[in-house]
Amino acid sequence: MERIPVLKISDFLIVTIQVALDDESALKLQEDILEEIAKTKAKGLLIDITAVDIVDSFMGRMIRDIARMARLMGPPTIVVGMQPAVAITLVELGLKMTGVSCALNLEKGLLMLKEMVEAKEREERTLEAEETEGYEAGA
Amino acid sequence: MRQVLEEVAVRNNTDIVTARNSVRTHAKQIGFGLVDQSRIATAVSELARNIVVYAKSGKVEIAKLNEDSKKGIEVVCEDNGPGIPDIEQAMSEGFTTGGSLGMGMPGTKKLMDAMDVWSEAGKGTRITIRKFLK
Ligand SMILES: Nc1ncnc2c1ncn2[C@@H]1O[C@H](COP(=O)(O)OP(=O)(O)O)[C@@H](O)[C@H]1O
Ligand SMILES: [Mg+2]
Repeated sequence: MERIPVLKISDFLIVTIQVALDDESALKLQEDILEEIAKTKAKGLLIDITAVDIVDSFMGRMIRDIARMARLMGPPTIVVGMQPAVAITLVELGLKMTGVSCALNLEKGLLMLKEMVEAKEREERTLEAEETEGYEAGA
Repeated sequence: MRQVLEEVAVRNNTDIVTARNSVRTHAKQIGFGLVDQSRIATAVSELARNIVVYAKSGKVEIAKLNEDSKKGIEVVCEDNGPGIPDIEQAMSEGFTTGGSLGMGMPGTKKLMDAMDVWSEAGKGTRITIRKFLK
């Protein structure tokens, strides 16, 4: 079984899939990522699939599920480097990647992820401020 | 002319990876471009997984089609598993008995130029897929 490292770099978790993943390893990776999110309190997750040349319905579902689950736990996720042939195949296969943000490469992905994290923090601050205001007004 | 290039035994998760990588290599050698390589390898990944999940074991045979009019690749995925009771149902999007997405069979049909499904209850399943060079 292949074990893919989940790296924490500043506030982000970075996962680079560099080998052909069998189904079992893919599920293990999903588990590892969610565990790391809980443990490290990372603010964002980036999955680099530049080296992945086959994404079937199993792998596609796994990537989609990771992004959705991470979002539920907090951090936004971005998938970078999907090869054009893989993107075409996924669309033809009929797998919808709704809810998954994608970027062309690592650099663009990191920028986008930073923006997503900042937007989320702004939103949270606004909500907090509104709650405090409401409390004061009611008091 | 049909020339068998390779036969891959399929019994576990690792064999699924082996089967799809082999088919990709052969597709490339036959002359398919990147997108077709991805389509063919993805289709084989789906069918090989079905063998492991629903039939436990089977095999994938990769062949080159070399007729004057039509050149391309043919892959036969075969098992002696329980068979598919209702092929039409299995081919419809979202149908699954495995708690997965039910996209393997209908997806394979969309990715390939031709797909033949033979199956008999208690005997097994044989799925033949083809892609032709344009
Ligand atoms: N080789 C096989 N042997 C027996 N049943 C199969 C086989 N391949 C597919 N099936 C049946 O067809 C259904 C649809 O397969 P598929 O489209 O790949 O979706 P999924 O694998 O997600 O269920 C499966 O759930 C299973 O019931
Ligand atoms: Mg399937």
